[in-house]
Amino acid sequence: MSMPSDAGYPSLVDRTTPVDAGAYVIAAAFLGEAAVFALGDGMVLFVDEGQERRVPAHDGGVLVAAAAGNVLVTGGDDGKVLRFTADGATEPLGEVKGGWIDAVAIGPDGAVAWSSGKRVFARDGKGELRTIEAPSAVRGLAFAPKGYQVAAARYGGVSLWFPRLDAAPKELAWKGSHIDVTFAPDGRFVVTTMQENALHGWRLADGAHMRMSGYPGKVRSVDWTNDGKSLATAGADAAILWPFQAKDGPMGKSPKELGVRPARVSRVACHPRAAVVALGYEDGCVLMVRISDGAEILGRNPGEGGPVTALAWDRVGARLAFGTEEGAAGVVALPAD
Amino acid sequence: MAADASSDKTPVTVLTGYLGAGKTTLLNRILSEPHGKKYAVIVNEFGEIGIDNDLVVGADEEVFEMNNGCVCCTVRGDLIRILEGLMKRKGKFDAIIVETTGLADPAPVAQTFFIDEEVGRKARLDAVVTVADAKWLTERLKDAPEAKNQIAFADVILLNKTDLVSKDELDEVDGRIRGINPYARVIRTTKCDVPLDAVLDKGAFDLDRILSIEPAFLEADDHDHDHHHGHGHDHHHHHKHGPDCGCGHDHAAGEDHGHEHHDHGHGEHSHGGLKHYHDETMQSVAFEIPGDVDANKFMPWVNNLAQTEGQNFLRWKGILAFAGEPRRFVFQGVHMILDGDLQREWKPDEKRRSKIVFIGKELDEAKLRQGFEACAA
Repeated sequence: MSMPSDAGYPSLVDRTTPVDAGAYVIAAAFLGEAAVFALGDGMVLFVDEGQERRVPAHDGGVLVAAAAGNVLVTGGDDGKVLRFTADGATEPLGEVKGGWIDAVAIGPDGAVAWSSGKRVFARDGKGELRTIEAPSAVRGLAFAPKGYQVAAARYGGVSLWFPRLDAAPKELAWKGSHIDVTFAPDGRFVVTTMQENALHGWRLADGAHMRMSGYPGKVRSVDWTNDGKSLATAGADAAILWPFQAKDGPMGKSPKELGVRPARVSRVACHPRAAVVALGYEDGCVLMVRISDGAEILGRNPGEGGPVTALAWDRVGARLAFGTEEGAAGVVALPAD
Repeated sequence: MAADASSDKTPVTVLTGYLGAGKTTLLNRILSEPHGKKYAVIVNEFGEIGIDNDLVVGADEEVFEMNNGCVCCTVRGDLIRILEGLMKRKGKFDAIIVETTGLADPAPVAQTFFIDEEVGRKARLDAVVTVADAKWLTERLKDAPEAKNQIAFADVILLNKTDLVSKDELDEVDGRIRGINPYARVIRTTKCDVPLDAVLDKGAFDLDRILSIEPAFLEADDHDHDHHHGHGHDHHHHHKHGPDCGCGHDHAAGEDHGHEHHDHGHGEHSHGGLKHYHDETMQSVAFEIPGDVDANKFMPWVNNLAQTEGQNFLRWKGILAFAGEPRRFVFQGVHMILDGDLQREWKPDEKRRSKIVFIGKELDEAKLRQGFEACAA
């Protein structure tokens, strides 16, 4: 395949459709054929075959969003949680009066979780709602890959909660402020991003701790590779991939660096099918990098719009949507081979 | 470096003081007066604000330590989360006010702006404003260490409810305030009736705006003391402290540029009728060298000081003449976090001198003086 070149990289820049989102892009996703952008001005922008449609979602702004399998969930500073689906429907899932939605997560079988301050809510696929109060304000949520279990990241560690059980959550403790949280796809590990430029992890079988440090800045974007074996992370001038395949996970192993450039990686998104990672940088650049050999393809030149704040592949990995802090956005279409 | 970026950053005013001192009155004024600016307010005592304002956010006042246990790295975790959220709605407000409770230590709030990279990129600390109740402050200073922290930390102090105390009582509490913090501007008010530009947009942490470090006196005060009137408080941020604090971190230090040495002495001390009460716990000391310091001696000294004694220094500042350097070096510090940079050039008619001041506890005046004077060029 011969690709045009740009700044030394094979380039897909002319296969990129720019979108003027006009406000901070909180998250990007694909719902059906449409590329969707959740925005800081409270709108959710649908772009489908060149047509744009803005749906007013939240009174003030969208604060947080999660996307998985043709579903986008947004949480706003109006305390509302909304679910958008490919058929164009918008469904209110819950509301926290007088509070902000600080985190949302999508789980298996239609489950959704959200939090406001210390309060965590879990709603299963049938609409049954359970709630709990965490020991301190929750910054991140994640569902376990199987079953109905929610991890809530907070100051001091992570609370593991089974909403259907009356038992108190199991606490994974580690001093410090934990922000984002994720389960390994095989369910063996829980990993958090921390206030102090590092990741922390627990092996669930025995609670063993692991620390992934050395970052020059906070890690605010992580994603598991398509084979579930590595965790790609932002926060450095390259994407840092930690191997989790072994029994000990990343302990004692050095990470892989991809996409080294003179700019910090702000977002990572792993291709759903291939061993490829998309990287968004603080200078607005977007690269797609093949994990095996580090080969890079340019999706967007560094430029206007500030740091990349959102990055998402469609279900088959044919298109990549991105958005920036100042509202520049777009969709990169990969060649069909 | 930061000069251009600074102007883009949203200014943040920290408003502190006990319940009932008058913070709410001041907040309501800020939110309702027709100054054309829109404020986002982060409050602890939700429900007190009389104005229906959709940019009022409740906070939990959660102080987070970093995993390394470094005490200087405490930050207000809830503030980081809220500021992150507010910044996604950029353009919707011109400035932010963070209200803290009377028991709060202002240090974690201030440190948040230096330690968190994202917060530091988008917001800048403008000033710490303390509202004090003239009737009760003297008592509070006797029994509450938090009250001293709030006085020591402040750039502007509104000595409120002056209508409830006699002139003598007022002078006494004023003197006690100055015994702790001679550099804050103290404004006597009833119902916080101060023009808003006295509390907002002060640039107190803006290194570019540090013109001098002089004790502030009552504007009406008339005395022949060798201090200047008025209050020049310009602090200038420059070098953000890295968040990965191993307590061996590097802090930029500023040069100290001195004016006449101001010795508060002990016990009572009169300045044109206003007494200074020496507080046993919280003091301020100032040192001056009537000339240059050697940067090669000063920088290691001040950095080491930050690491070893920083927990005792609440606020410290300096303006220095570095030998061989035409520009003034200016720094301001909050505990172990130092922020310093070269500023404007010394003017031809301006005497080059080096001055540093500390407000803090357990200050070993002799040792500090000795250490500083050893840096003379």
